[in-house]
Amino acid sequence: MSLRIVVLAKQVPDTRNVGKDAMKADGTINRAALPAIFNPDDLNALEQALQLKDAHPGSTITLVTMGLPRSAEMVREALYRGGDGGVVLTDRPLGGADTLATSYSLAQTIRHLPDGYDIIIGGRQAIDGDTAQVGPQIAEKLNLPQVTYAERVTVSDGKATIKRRLENGFEVVECPLPLVVTVTGSADACRPRNARLVQKYKYAVTPSELEGLDDRRKALVQSRPELLISQWGVADIEADPEQIGLKGSPTKVKTVVNVVFQAKESKRLDGGDDAGLEDLVKELITDHIIG
Amino acid sequence: MQDKNNLIVYCEWDGSRVADVSLELLTKGRQLANARGIQLEALVIGSDLDDVESQLFPYGVDTVYKIDDPRLFPYTSLPHASAVINLFREIEPEICLMGATTIGRDLGPRVSSCLHSGLTADCTALEIGDHTDAVTKTEYHNLLYQIRPAFGGNIVATIVNPEHRPQMATVREGVMRKEIIDQDYEGFVKDLDPAKYVDPESFVVKIIEREVEASKVNIKGAPIIVAGGYGVGSKENFKLLFELADVLGGEVGASRAAVDAGFVEHDRQIGQTGVTVRPKLYIACGISGQIQHIAGMNESSIIISINSDPEAPINTIADYVITGNLEEVIPRLIKYYKKNSK
Repeated sequence: MSLRIVVLAKQVPDTRNVGKDAMKADGTINRAALPAIFNPDDLNALEQALQLKDAHPGSTITLVTMGLPRSAEMVREALYRGGDGGVVLTDRPLGGADTLATSYSLAQTIRHLPDGYDIIIGGRQAIDGDTAQVGPQIAEKLNLPQVTYAERVTVSDGKATIKRRLENGFEVVECPLPLVVTVTGSADACRPRNARLVQKYKYAVTPSELEGLDDRRKALVQSRPELLISQWGVADIEADPEQIGLKGSPTKVKTVVNVVFQAKESKRLDGGDDAGLEDLVKELITDHIIG
Repeated sequence: MQDKNNLIVYCEWDGSRVADVSLELLTKGRQLANARGIQLEALVIGSDLDDVESQLFPYGVDTVYKIDDPRLFPYTSLPHASAVINLFREIEPEICLMGATTIGRDLGPRVSSCLHSGLTADCTALEIGDHTDAVTKTEYHNLLYQIRPAFGGNIVATIVNPEHRPQMATVREGVMRKEIIDQDYEGFVKDLDPAKYVDPESFVVKIIEREVEASKVNIKGAPIIVAGGYGVGSKENFKLLFELADVLGGEVGASRAAVDAGFVEHDRQIGQTGVTVRPKLYIACGISGQIQHIAGMNESSIIISINSDPEAPINTIADYVITGNLEEVIPRLIKYYKKNSK
């Protein structure tokens, strides 16, 4: 049985490797210093989708992403690794969304996919917010079951069998299709780009990207429709304006402060200073910190 | 006694005990309920819940809601979500707290989506306060401030849900402290009929295999922690840390980088995405001090940093900075400890 697989992915600033230049002198974040990357858990999700496609020939993988127009990069990345196409949801009124408004917008997008879906797979959480909320919220909006913290997904006889990673162990669950799965970072790492697919899709663009290109590229995309990446806005997903963006977000950010830890006056020792180390140990024993 | 607009904690049940994280939230919930002048409620969904209230009342719970059915343990998303949603429609809580666990982070978003209420994940502090909308100038009183790190821990945001109820938040284990307020505290028990609250169509996910064991590691309660970072270099080198922890009677912890590198298991991870600890002695070995890590240990009484880099960021919050290699420093500390302790 071939599967219609939807992969949810987000382009995020790389918050894991925040270097010294990532914070400006005034203490705010220098977003420009943080590269935009494919959210790590979403790559694990893509790999699970690719494994399902390998196991079920004829399956298709559609990547759905919401963000800035440059998120088209996410769809290309999926195409390079074995995906079949994607939708970039981008529109000004969608901005400022919290997880609830985001999940509504994405659920509307999934509802409008022309070919439908059998299984929706996303990463557990995105590293810019670490909330892990959008996956289960999409499941609720689409009235589908959800399986979170998935490490391995297989499908047979219209049922998914999923291994879940729990705090102190694991569980294996079975769930009929369709459903929403969120995949943890401990699942298989995503396969690298395939050189042949990179050649095939390196000119894939959204209509707005195509506008700025020359006639030769326009002619190329016209002759090869698989190179056109869908770009949708609020109208395409028939979204209720009350439920998107800032307006559709019940949570509001009251204040944001930079994290500054109170520096202490430290006593400094050299690793080779035997007497100093012994004094330190004695001091800790005397103070009943150890011993 | 008012039945609506209270503070409710969804309590996780492992088959015989209420999870620590839930008891920590009840402790915090009691303080917040006092500040608001409302009741503290606990909801337990599972099976064999006969005397669960005796575990909850000492934390100052006014009402325990129980939904007891063999099909409700172990946890599965949809049946628990339908029970929580149906109960919340009836009792309309003002605030709902859940553990930021594989259960709470699965259940919370499903419930919040259905009730269209805001949810803030992984809060590190919760307070009651007022809020004025920057645009409409509308004033709101006594909102739940949901305080959480964002952007990889580089900023801390205070989130509010002005218009929607319940105000929902999840909190990781170890972030709040659990504290019994009164061993003899007595509240009410409301045994709810599962048939009335749990959607019969919701049993679609079947658990076919399950292996969960009690955590072997008790980082949270350890008075002394020897923690290693990426700078430890290898799984092999971590043995030094285990040796030191063993001699001092402590536990071994790790930064996310060390866990990601596979040096030690995940349940030793300290920091925003791991456990929050407050030992009396924290020895950071080869830990550079990413903000996410510091947020999970900076309340330790004494911090010693052992690092070959004298400029490691963690050194600024350390009481003692030892500049050198772990291989030379740790054996010396062990030697001098053995020599000087009785």
